[in-house]
Amino acid sequence: MKILVAIKRVVDHNVRIRVRPDGSGVETTGVRMSMNPFCKHAVEAAVQLSEAGHGDEIVVVSIGPKAANDVILTALAMGAHRGLLIETDAALETLAIAKLLAKVVDEETPDLVLLGKQAVDDDSNHVGQMLAALTNRPQATFASEIKVVGQGLEVTREIDSGRETLALPLPAIVTADLRLNTPRNAALPQVMKARSKPLAVRPVAEFGVDVAPRLVIETISPPPERVAGKTVASVTELAGIIATDLSTMEAL
Amino acid sequence: MSVLLIADVDQGALAPATARVLSAVAGLGPVDVLVLGDDADAAAAEAANLVGTARVLVAKGPVAVDADSDAIVALSSGYHFVVQSAGSVGRDRMPRVAARLDVMPVTDIIQILAPNRFVRPIYAGNALETVRDDQPIHVLTIRASAFRAAATGNAAPVERLDLSMQSAVRLIATHRTPSDTPDLATAQVVVGGGVALGSAENFQLVEKLAKKLGAAIGATRAAVDAGFAPNDWQVGQTGKIIAPDLYIAIGISGALQHLAGIQGAKKIIAINTDPEAPLVKLADVALIGDLFDIVPKLTAELERLGVKR
Repeated sequence: MKILVAIKRVVDHNVRIRVRPDGSGVETTGVRMSMNPFCKHAVEAAVQLSEAGHGDEIVVVSIGPKAANDVILTALAMGAHRGLLIETDAALETLAIAKLLAKVVDEETPDLVLLGKQAVDDDSNHVGQMLAALTNRPQATFASEIKVVGQGLEVTREIDSGRETLALPLPAIVTADLRLNTPRNAALPQVMKARSKPLAVRPVAEFGVDVAPRLVIETISPPPERVAGKTVASVTELAGIIATDLSTMEAL
Repeated sequence: MSVLLIADVDQGALAPATARVLSAVAGLGPVDVLVLGDDADAAAAEAANLVGTARVLVAKGPVAVDADSDAIVALSSGYHFVVQSAGSVGRDRMPRVAARLDVMPVTDIIQILAPNRFVRPIYAGNALETVRDDQPIHVLTIRASAFRAAATGNAAPVERLDLSMQSAVRLIATHRTPSDTPDLATAQVVVGGGVALGSAENFQLVEKLAKKLGAAIGATRAAVDAGFAPNDWQVGQTGKIIAPDLYIAIGISGALQHLAGIQGAKKIIAINTDPEAPLVKLADVALIGDLFDIVPKLTAELERLGVKR
């Protein structure tokens, strides 16, 4: 089958972010950027399906500035075959992203689209579900296991009450959770080889999608800070505090 | 301005999140609560009992989001707001509903400033975004733990709907974590354990203390990855977001991704060997020492004090 993986370049998840004092956003200049962790799990899942004989071609797409080529190269080094950067310097809303990806799905007609379940910058957790809606495909979000069974998939999802397994026909959309796999770190020869794999760059305008924002971001502010508390010396003292807290707690 | 609230139903009962979402949105207009599922009668009765419910709409059928999101879209034409909790079902469903309506959703809302202005956390809660949504219909998910539950004592009318739902997806297995502890996302007291517990067996120290306190049990991603605790106990950016009155963190150093899940906690108590651990530094009360020594003694001391919930 043919697999399309959509990936996003974000502020590296280990960076402690700084909110700009003027409320205009989070400082991203001079900050280390990398592939969104959930997207890495999606790429790894595609490569593993391909290694198991289920993926004839893996196409990776990212939407963002020229620099997002980096994360496409990372995915190509991990084992994807071909890349596409839809170039824009604007921070697009998830609905616009999903519409652009729907155009790519029209062009590429993949059997399976894999995405990370959410991006760790805006924490939206929208795009896979929206793409499924726009392309009329079934969805399995928050996947912790993907099995190819016959002509379809069996996907185990992590949900609030535990896990559930869905059977879904292809073509389908699946979003990756963290326990799906352990993404590989590509070795240097693969990194070198990735540079010779095809990587197309196309401007957003070419897709004829209305990407104008629907929402207005008024401000971005830091969360209220917690003030440091006290250290107690003994278990007895701690137990006393807990007992008092419980007895004064408002009954729900 | 009318609201369609989609209820969270778990094993035929109304999930605690729904009462909180109802109280969050009740100020926006009359709220119709939609209860979906094959055994929805008990949940519908519970929803009718919540103060703020104008009507309960009950529809039987498969609850697979590819099918029911289209049914919700068909139903949504009479409403200004389509809302669900930001639990795993709402997160799965509502972006699909929004895209069908050609609407940009606002999700994981922790504060409603006005009918068109909302606050939501980004970057794992390390920043808060205030957004204005001037679209004709608003598709929202609400973080239940950020709001108090609606009171009971209502008798809203219950109406049955016949929604045609055809799903391409088939549920073939569920793996529930057996538990007699309260719902983690809405619990008033939570006891959480980290990877320092060392094994699933040792994790029972956390479970025993939680039981003593009538608390829900949480875990860090590392503890879940290591197999010490089931996935649905995970608290953090990618797990559950909690906002209890009291959170007791045992052997948790406080990775950014975990802290994202506990920022709403009113009071945090940390038990840790490392006085410099990030979670110890932001805790209201900390006890420094070996958890294997402290936790059994603490459980026994609470027993001696006759603490009961």
